Amino acid sequence: MSSDRTLLMRPSPAARESLSALTPILHRVVERIGETNDITTLALEPLEPPSMNFRCGQFNMLSALGVGEIAISMSSAPHERMLRHSIRDVGAVSHALCQSSVGDLVGVRGPFGSDWRVESARGDVDQRDTVVVAGGIGLAPLRGAVEELVRDTQRGGGRIFILVGAREPSQIVFRADLESWKARGAKVSLTVDLATSEWDGRVGLVTTLLADAGFDATNSRAMLCGPEVMMRFTARALIDLGMDPEGILVSLERNMQCGVGWCGHCQLGPLLLCRDGPVVPYAGLVSQLLTQRER
Amino acid sequence: MAADLPPDLGDSVVVLTVQGLDELVTRLSALGYEVKGPTRGESAIVPGSVKSSDDLPRGVHDVQSPGSYRIVHNDDDEELFGWAVGPESWKKEYFPSSQVMWRGEVVGDTVVFRQPDRSHTPLAIVGARPCEVVALRILDRVLEEGVHRDARYSDRRDSSFIAVVECASPADTCFCASMQSGPGIDQGFDVALTELNDEHGHRFIARSGSPRGADVLSSVPTRPANELDLEARTLLLETASRAMSRSLPYGEVANLLARNVDHPRWTEVAERCLSCGNCTSVCPTCFCSDVHDTTDVGGAIERRRTWSSCFDLEHSYLHGGSVHESSASRYRQWMTHKLSTWWDQFDSTGCVGCGRCIVWCPVGIDITEEVAAIAARDEVRVGVPSRRGAS
Repeated sequence: MSSDRTLLMRPSPAARESLSALTPILHRVVERIGETNDITTLALEPLEPPSMNFRCGQFNMLSALGVGEIAISMSSAPHERMLRHSIRDVGAVSHALCQSSVGDLVGVRGPFGSDWRVESARGDVDQRDTVVVAGGIGLAPLRGAVEELVRDTQRGGGRIFILVGAREPSQIVFRADLESWKARGAKVSLTVDLATSEWDGRVGLVTTLLADAGFDATNSRAMLCGPEVMMRFTARALIDLGMDPEGILVSLERNMQCGVGWCGHCQLGPLLLCRDGPVVPYAGLVSQLLTQRER
Repeated sequence: MAADLPPDLGDSVVVLTVQGLDELVTRLSALGYEVKGPTRGESAIVPGSVKSSDDLPRGVHDVQSPGSYRIVHNDDDEELFGWAVGPESWKKEYFPSSQVMWRGEVVGDTVVFRQPDRSHTPLAIVGARPCEVVALRILDRVLEEGVHRDARYSDRRDSSFIAVVECASPADTCFCASMQSGPGIDQGFDVALTELNDEHGHRFIARSGSPRGADVLSSVPTRPANELDLEARTLLLETASRAMSRSLPYGEVANLLARNVDHPRWTEVAERCLSCGNCTSVCPTCFCSDVHDTTDVGGAIERRRTWSSCFDLEHSYLHGGSVHESSASRYRQWMTHKLSTWWDQFDSTGCVGCGRCIVWCPVGIDITEEVAAIAARDEVRVGVPSRRGAS
């Protein structure tokens, strides 16, 4: 290597950010909870401290080592002891993750993306009512936020309304949490599309729970996660009840391969969901995008 | 980019002979660069190793039209850059079509991740086109100027030397003048050359665009440029601009497409589009990639990133199916991304007007024609404010 060449080169970029965002950090499965027939929660602990610092609503890229990697939102709150992800077994990677046992290694990259903004921009407790609406496993990305909200009610936060819809009773996740949230003051309403003989609750779409839930739509905000069609109809119903569209947050999903804005798969029109999402306000642009076919 | 030279560049504009160009190549090699440039392949101009001007496509011209590319050779012609663009852009040198991100090895009861060696031989490109240099600047915004930086892309961008050659012979499919990315160029290079071949001889006007470009230029024999040289360059670039019959409405296209997502033209173009992805594989700015893991029998894991295309059904796959199921939605995704949502995502256009997508489309779909067709039936809805765009 000639010295000339060194002179001509711009300063070495070695000091810049390395590829760390691309290399998983190894975690061990410390607890495995079967939530439903196809949903498993994994509690993860890093092989070496520190534990991950994140905000509720963000996601990690989880690697089933040698199989592949998928985007999964955290289903725990940062103040909880264990980092948790709840995974539905729908593909090769999610299957491998769901099959993992206590002691197995899982790769974690993250946290990535936007969050539910549980606290106000100033870091204060939000005094408005919060309406949390989940469809099926959509409760998972909301679980940590609900934990924070329930904690905040003791600090003067607004009331919490948790509305959960599921295909059938066996598909309702986090039943113990739902009981615990109820015991700590949250109002919890459940409905199923398809009742079984042991079900004595509501039957119908989650939107049917809105009208008599008891929140003041003009002084509340909402956090929605579930199938796009469910979020669209729920958001519209909330707006019809008088809620400010800017206060309605939705968590969106697209194919994700990198989590860092390079792979191009998670585009939703002008949004790169790994960077601009997954949690976005329903107002304006997003409400339009969700009504356009195949966006 | 403006064809006129800023006045303060006057002193630094020099003239190289073809021999001088040879010395520039030799100099770059001596400095440790691997020198590449356009070369004559079997039936196309392709990137290749360049040891001297004899390796450059002397006397070769290209004839391009929708769905067609031919090269013709003229023995009497001394010009080295009398062609527009070949099928391959320089993107692959910085963002390879397949790249190992890391390897993981099982060691005891854990896994050790190793990233591939980042050392590499610096690349010098002699003969990149202005549109390609602008395309690299666009890729920079995606891969190194966002929240996360692709360090290996940066490594290669930082270490490489770019000698751009301004365009005198645009193809019928070129529209860089309307996309503000040619035929001349004022920044983003180490050295900019303009090939002149007139009664005053075969020569190159040369300008430096960086300290190392200036160093290299000062180490090869040159003479100061005179009025005649500068006038010849101005005329050449004006003629090249005027020769381009295709164009896009640079300032308006972003909003035009943003408000026409339901335009009937998307379905009409989908009747011709084969969803083959040729346009994305020749595009100098397309950056979509797939990430996949493989294991060998010993249990070692490899994660690899490979180019992918938004025309693949799998590109938008979510459990249960693909979001972009129809060809119409995939074409719309590609074109609105290039020309409209790229502005929202990266604050620039995603198109430089190189025309490759027109030429290499097997059915000759022409992006400029598609934009014109949408504009002809523009569904402007009065009262709906435009989103941000290119203005």
